[in-house]
Amino acid sequence: MGLSDLSASELLDQLQSGAVSSREVTQACLAAITVQDTAVHAFLHVDAADALQQAAAIDERRVRGESLGLLAGLPVALKDVLCQQGQPATCASKMLSGFIPPYDAHVVTKLKQADAVLLGRTNMDEFAMGSSSENSAFGVTRNPWDLSRIPGGSSSGSAAAVAARMTPVSLGSDTGGSIRQPAGLCGIVGMKPTYGRISRYGLIAYASSLDQIGPFGTDVRSVATVLEAISGHDPRDSTSVNQPVPEYSKSVDQPLTGLKIGIVPEHFSAGLDTEIAAAVKSAIDVYRSLGAEVREVALPHAKYCIATYYLIACSEASSNLSRYDGIHYGHRATSFKNLNEMYAASRGEGFGAEVKRRIMLGTYALSTGYYDQYYVKALKVRRLIRQDFDAAFQQVDVIAGPVTPTAAFAIGEKANDPLAMYLSDIYTISANLAGLPAISLPCGFTTGGLPIGLQLQGRPFDEDRVLRAARMYEATTDWHTRRPNG
Amino acid sequence: MSYDVIIGLEVHVQLQTQTKIFCGCSTAFNPDQPNVQTCPVCLGLPGALPVLNRHAMRLAVKTALGLGCQIAKFTKWDRKQYFYPDLPKGYQISQYDLPFSFDGHVDVDTGSGEPRRVRILRAHLEEDAGKNVHDESGRGRDSQVDLNRAGTPLVEIVTQPDLRTAAEARTFLQAMHSLLTFLEVSDCNMQEGSLRCDANVNLHVHQPDGSKVATPIVEVKNINSFRFTEQAILHEVDRQWELFQKTGKTIKDAPKTTRGFDPDRGVTTPMREKEEAADYRYFPDPDLVPVTFTDADIEAIRSEMCETPVSRRARFLGEYQLSAYDADVILDQGRAVADYFETVAKGSGDPKQAANWVTQDVLRELKERRLTLDAFSINADVLMSLLKRVSDKQLTIKSAREVFLLLLEQAEEHAPSTVRIDAIIAEKGLALVQDTGAMETAIAAVLARNAKAVADFKSGKQAAVGALIGQVMKELKGADAAVVREKIIAALS
Repeated sequence: MGLSDLSASELLDQLQSGAVSSREVTQACLAAITVQDTAVHAFLHVDAADALQQAAAIDERRVRGESLGLLAGLPVALKDVLCQQGQPATCASKMLSGFIPPYDAHVVTKLKQADAVLLGRTNMDEFAMGSSSENSAFGVTRNPWDLSRIPGGSSSGSAAAVAARMTPVSLGSDTGGSIRQPAGLCGIVGMKPTYGRISRYGLIAYASSLDQIGPFGTDVRSVATVLEAISGHDPRDSTSVNQPVPEYSKSVDQPLTGLKIGIVPEHFSAGLDTEIAAAVKSAIDVYRSLGAEVREVALPHAKYCIATYYLIACSEASSNLSRYDGIHYGHRATSFKNLNEMYAASRGEGFGAEVKRRIMLGTYALSTGYYDQYYVKALKVRRLIRQDFDAAFQQVDVIAGPVTPTAAFAIGEKANDPLAMYLSDIYTISANLAGLPAISLPCGFTTGGLPIGLQLQGRPFDEDRVLRAARMYEATTDWHTRRPNG
Repeated sequence: MSYDVIIGLEVHVQLQTQTKIFCGCSTAFNPDQPNVQTCPVCLGLPGALPVLNRHAMRLAVKTALGLGCQIAKFTKWDRKQYFYPDLPKGYQISQYDLPFSFDGHVDVDTGSGEPRRVRILRAHLEEDAGKNVHDESGRGRDSQVDLNRAGTPLVEIVTQPDLRTAAEARTFLQAMHSLLTFLEVSDCNMQEGSLRCDANVNLHVHQPDGSKVATPIVEVKNINSFRFTEQAILHEVDRQWELFQKTGKTIKDAPKTTRGFDPDRGVTTPMREKEEAADYRYFPDPDLVPVTFTDADIEAIRSEMCETPVSRRARFLGEYQLSAYDADVILDQGRAVADYFETVAKGSGDPKQAANWVTQDVLRELKERRLTLDAFSINADVLMSLLKRVSDKQLTIKSAREVFLLLLEQAEEHAPSTVRIDAIIAEKGLALVQDTGAMETAIAAVLARNAKAVADFKSGKQAAVGALIGQVMKELKGADAAVVREKIIAALS
């Protein structure tokens, strides 16, 4: 069994005991990238020398007996949406090609404080808009389970890199499902924490009121450990919430007694692939067998979630992306006659089709005369969706359901059908609108051998319970131990 | 035909915080070193987030309370979106439908007895933009952007169109300047752009049938002096009147237009119009949280505030019986001079004398020495002691001036103090002679020596007494000339 077969939590045990060095682990990751990433294309940028240097420094400190952080020596890959001083951050956009941030995102600071090894930067849908990586300006990432299929998105590379064991863990961002959907399609664990749990400082914004950073790993324990390392209040983010961070890594193995699980009947109606429905239902049966009580809950406004999401997310995006104007940094057109042409040409050349589509949608929704009927109305529906969840969580501890309506689809299959693409987030979007924590974990495979994900959603700031509930299921199943080509 | 002039102002005031409104960068005026007072937040770098500077919010509330405004219990931040190179995020963080304050007023002295009440529609807090620096060499080089100013806290104060003359507008701005510097919320340095103003101007033309017709509204933007504001409005009134007589165009025929003021030519000139009406697509900034105030919060801020110049002026006229002229001279110098005056007035027991000394002696010396009051060596307590000796009849005013000048001259070696005052009085023999015995002896001696003058006086030459007084004064340095005069006349009659 090689190093890449181990989960992050197993690697951390071995690193701590001295059985392996960080340099060895990092080298194993770099080797896996060399072998596999030509086919998968999960990474946009890997600074091998820098990663090995970080690893060697941590090894030295360990030898000297210094006390080390929670993730000491563990390689972590970063979605290209997170700023790391001195490393490129492109958001997979031509617009930011060549942009090197002069500062660290809060999570990058946290990872450095935890003594993680920052391995490289992963591919994504441009500016986190998309569900397949097909919107990347730098080429598609392929699903390690079937290279002809998409890995999901927008955190495509972060999910594929973990699934292909090129890195034990990675970070992504989730605005409407961008962590959970690719985790589900790649057969790994991915979590979107409560909005405000992790500072967004240094996360290049798509939709500020929905964006949240979260971890990927091959098992729940690894995800719990990384989440613990990157959570906590940050005064530089006004929406960061000052709530104590539990030691998720210590509590994750404690099973929950008297767990009440909610299921939403609408989740299992038209549009859901039958194999996925079956896998999710049998996962719920596993919970029953573990003593959980399962009851139906109603989320009556959930059916408006896609419309609500696209109005709010695109409105915010149209504003957040106005800073890419070709003046201060990023792509600037070379041919223009005046200022307006410079703006139009720089943005026209720098942004891809989906980004432009969402900027136009958002610009329209915020325009005088439309603002009330679109944006304001969407905010009202958003509040109703949150109220539905509040009522449901009076009755149950977590809500279980599918992550995606279908397993990974073929590259190109939905590329020209934005509406069909938008529907792939139908089960994940509500958690963003309501700001809730939610996790995706493997719960089976299709007959074609593609992974199926189970989603658990919890109360705000109840990550601990969500993780423990997920771990309870994982501990009695072996889906998470399967790996592509293995 | 005649017309009324209708003027409303938008005043932009930079608050005097050390740091910017949404980041920790310095707000110092520093045009010679562009882009050094910047960070990822005020540069609008990807991923950077704003955090409200609470001190800026407090100063803004003080400003609004000074303007008699209501403070909103709930206020939020909105993004005003437009593209311009000095705006690094592509939007300005401002306040749209829920400004933090509204419904205030400022009373402006019109010089005709009845003050003009100018209603304040609203005051909101926002971030300033940077500055575009254009090539002025004529060689067509690229324009550049300096973002040192980007993110400086700015209060925008919007009046109702209540002003009726250019002079009133100027007086209003002066009142605003006085208020804001008194409250120490802004240095109002107009050269540095700390106080800028847009003037909305149009005319209501009286028609023969008694009705009125409004001319199209013109907004004159970015005026940076009181004088220019007055000039710009005067020019605009003439221009609109001529135009109306020529074209008859009314507010219904033309949309509001914007013009700039050219101080060199004293005229307003059209600014480039946007091709279509601007739609700023305001929406609440999701990166910031709303701000709420309780009554206790507002009272706490109010309790920290000093008296406004308007109420202080009323007190100076009533409590100290100052002339309006003296009160204005003192208050126009700002809060430090007003405080100085009050200390001297209270301590010396002679407010009128205190006002004379402050408005004449102190201000003259400050001007000649190019000093501000905090660098002036004679502090209020020292001047108070000096004037106390005058009101206690220990020193004549003339001697007090001598002491005052000596204190200043010797300030390098001896810091002016009460002890120094007494030392100078002793050294120069300036103490006012209270001993009437000594005075009478001296008078008798002088009269004896000056038989001719005595004879002249007795024969009706009143002027002869002057020479006698002079001689007595020479012998008794600290004597009060009026008393000596009285006694000589008494002795001779």
